[in-house]
Amino acid sequence: MKVLTPTVLTYIKVVLLVALVPAIIGFVIVLAERRFMGFMQVRLGPNRVGPKGTLQGLADLVKLVTKEDLTPARAERAVFFLSPVLAVIPALTALALIPFGPSIRLSRDVSTPLYVTDINIGLLFLLAISSIGVYGIILGGWASNNKYSLLGGLRSAAQLVSYEVPMGLALVAVLLMTRSLSLVEIVERQERIHLWFVFPGLVAFFLYFVSGVAETNRNPFDLPEAESELVSGFNTEYSGVKFAFFFLGEYTAMIIISCVAVTVFFGGWLAPFPNVKALAFLKIIPPFAWFLIKAAGFLFAYIWFRSTFPRYRFDQLMALGWKWMIPAALVNIVIVAVAILATPGRTNGLVTLSWVFGVLFVAMFLLARLRQALTRRDRLAAEPAGSRSGLKG
Amino acid sequence: MTDENRAVEHPEVPTLFDVQEMELNFGPQHPSTHGVLRLVLKVDGEKILEAIPDIGYLHRGTEKLFETETYPMGIPHTDRLDYVAAATNNHAFCLTIEKLLGVEVPRRAQLIRVMLDELQRLSSHLVWLGTSGIDLGAVTPFWYAFREREQILDFFEEYCGARLTLNCMRIGGLPFDLTPGWVERVAEFVDDLPARIDDYEQLLTDNRIWKKRTVGIGVISGEECIERGLTGPLLRASGVEWDLRRAQPYECYDELDFAIPTRVNGDTYDRYIVRVQEMRQSARILRQCIERIEPGDIRGKVPRVIKPPAEEVYASVESPKGELGFYCVSNGTNRPYRMHCRPPSFINLQALPRLAKGHLLSDLVALIGTVDIVLGEVDR
Amino acid sequence: MAEEKAPPPPTAAPAAGGEAKPKEAAPPKLGATDASGHPWVRSLSSGVPDAVVSAKEFARQVTVVVKREKVAEVARYLKEKEDFRYCVDVTAVDWKKREPRFDVVYHFYSFSKNDRIRVKCGAADGEEVPSIASVYLAADWSEREIWDMFGIRFAGHPDLRRILTWEGFNGHPLRKDFPLEGIDTGAAIYPEEWPEGAGPGPNDPNRKVVS
Repeated sequence: MKVLTPTVLTYIKVVLLVALVPAIIGFVIVLAERRFMGFMQVRLGPNRVGPKGTLQGLADLVKLVTKEDLTPARAERAVFFLSPVLAVIPALTALALIPFGPSIRLSRDVSTPLYVTDINIGLLFLLAISSIGVYGIILGGWASNNKYSLLGGLRSAAQLVSYEVPMGLALVAVLLMTRSLSLVEIVERQERIHLWFVFPGLVAFFLYFVSGVAETNRNPFDLPEAESELVSGFNTEYSGVKFAFFFLGEYTAMIIISCVAVTVFFGGWLAPFPNVKALAFLKIIPPFAWFLIKAAGFLFAYIWFRSTFPRYRFDQLMALGWKWMIPAALVNIVIVAVAILATPGRTNGLVTLSWVFGVLFVAMFLLARLRQALTRRDRLAAEPAGSRSGLKG
Repeated sequence: MTDENRAVEHPEVPTLFDVQEMELNFGPQHPSTHGVLRLVLKVDGEKILEAIPDIGYLHRGTEKLFETETYPMGIPHTDRLDYVAAATNNHAFCLTIEKLLGVEVPRRAQLIRVMLDELQRLSSHLVWLGTSGIDLGAVTPFWYAFREREQILDFFEEYCGARLTLNCMRIGGLPFDLTPGWVERVAEFVDDLPARIDDYEQLLTDNRIWKKRTVGIGVISGEECIERGLTGPLLRASGVEWDLRRAQPYECYDELDFAIPTRVNGDTYDRYIVRVQEMRQSARILRQCIERIEPGDIRGKVPRVIKPPAEEVYASVESPKGELGFYCVSNGTNRPYRMHCRPPSFINLQALPRLAKGHLLSDLVALIGTVDIVLGEVDR
Repeated sequence: MAEEKAPPPPTAAPAAGGEAKPKEAAPPKLGATDASGHPWVRSLSSGVPDAVVSAKEFARQVTVVVKREKVAEVARYLKEKEDFRYCVDVTAVDWKKREPRFDVVYHFYSFSKNDRIRVKCGAADGEEVPSIASVYLAADWSEREIWDMFGIRFAGHPDLRRILTWEGFNGHPLRKDFPLEGIDTGAAIYPEEWPEGAGPGPNDPNRKVVS
């Protein structure tokens, strides 16, 4: 009688995910963020606790767990207690669908895929589940009995709900290419057509990732929780474990967005250039390592954004989402649809679209640089004399 | 009961569609108020209808203390006024008393005083840049700016022993002479500075998000600035090219070659550009002073006990925040009868309600940063 | 005042060798001169009749003493006719034993003349001074500060309330009879006993000087 039945394996995977992912967040991602941000800011991050600061996550965890559990007077106790939970559970649930790798062989007759489950409406389920996370934020802000938290929670909710639309629309464009909502199918289709969906879906990718940053309340869209605005917004009154949960929820959402971006756009667990003989050595890296490398790249992008950009004001943020990203997403859908319909049954349309988008992207990049150079030249001309010249008088 | 019924029976209770004015308290403890500033805001949603500053949290009775101490004892008190730019405070104080006495400051002391002033201007603008950036979400320029500021504070520490509350000027000149190598080290620092300022500018000046947060925010015309007595970068960003160092030069500013950065729009972005330009011009001034430095006295002929004639005088300098002046009334004794400080931040802060009206809450944070107040000066 | 860049006339004590500090205080080197003939003063006398009381000049700064009731008119005249558009500062001095007790001092600056003028007016304890906040917006908070610190009321000020202390504070700190060490305001400690921030009044035995 086999012990490792698929059911048992699924339970093991669930336990591993729920145990490992928060641990990785606490120990690796938070530390990486603080260290990398530090390097970008000409300083070292935390490097005292443990070798190179590796135990900093443990120290933070102990601190948060041992903090006094405060509930503000006249706060809604039940909701105050439950809203961090509401913020975390949907994010952790969504982890169940992320395909970290293809089937691996555990022993002679046991092999299991590296994901908890794969349902045929995977993407839709993910979007739906992440929408539930918004409740945690709204209720958290409201339950604190604090004007600032209320404002922060409402802002955050409006932001999250608004940016789900371009995110979904961007994914619809990819849907047209894959004809399936199942995440594993998406990866397998990318394998079959030898083309990662980022190329024909370049616009969709940008829209998706930027919406993803907005969805997780990260810089440059972190107005609802900015310290200098409303003193940390909706999670002002939360301390200790409750704050840890909000924090965890936010970082798990970051991981989800990154993993979905990798899966849908960057080929999931696929190695790059599988058909090029010269790069066959890349096969040494196992598929789930490829996945993790790519996801780590996106998380690094999150960290990079945070240390570079100022933040958008709230009305500018909403204008960006509604007035620019949604129309762009809709137009993108039409373009992709035309490309696919023009070449029924074959993928040449997608390849052509990739080239078109690629050329346009490079052209726009160069134009932007040109514009920047011209602006800079005008600005330097307008400066008073002797500003940058040699300091010789 | 329905809304309509409730409106009829309880007219004082607002219904869903009544516009409610919310009163928010901003400060005095708040990460963005740059000190203990309290603003009582009346907001309609996000829009600010009124912003009423409530100051006085840092009032220490400095002007009364001046009256009870002798003239030289007052100099450390001036450090605590604009504590970010202490040297200019000392300078203004000393200038006032030198004017009362009719004392001439020797050339070497003049050059060193200008160098200290300009280093202090750099330091103050670096603080402004870093904190402005952080308020608007750009966390990185803060660290870059403070890296430079650390070097400047090291120079001050080497010179007078203190980093922040310097007490680095005396009536008639300076307390100490420069240590050997100080000028060379400052020269090295000044050589590196334009590249560093380029670093800050690269992150912010052409950044689309930065421009969106600052262009068109807090627009004020030059006429209105003069009307409201605003000075410093606020005035210059609104088109009025007026700088006390050029209009009424003191020390050796009249022989130094520097430009007055001026912009025309009078919004937050222009004030940002003006201050960054001023940093560059400060580097230029420093270089010229370093080239002109010559051996000599560091203190003019000042009597041992300072008893000015029983007259009154006003003298001012261009501090990083604006026109900083001292009005001194002497009664012939060795203590001032009345010593009043005209602080630029106090006058500039008056304009904040006017600047903030109609803008959103997030802009208020940008505006407090752009007016660049120091509460020590506002409250004295 | 004219350009201040030229140094003042050399001191009476000769700059001989290393003798840096004379034993006694040096005699005043510059004396104040009467400035009634100064062009601005003459223009002011003709523009606002019966306002100027006296004028003097010291260290190339002109001080004009005007009558208290005419201060607002003087300010308006200086702003509109003599182009002193920038109100630098408004402050006050408490001359304890003198009559009138206070001097309210205004500094104005003209961009075209590149110079400042000082206007003073005397105000007795309890007298009101016309406010110039309608003429110069910059004077708004300065006049509030004078009310707070000295107790001089300004007639016509839009919002005359205390600015550096709080409403209900008992006393005017920069007056010469206000103790340096401060007074017991009892403010936060006994809110039920004393009115908001006021503390014990001047004749209350509980009032003590806080040292």
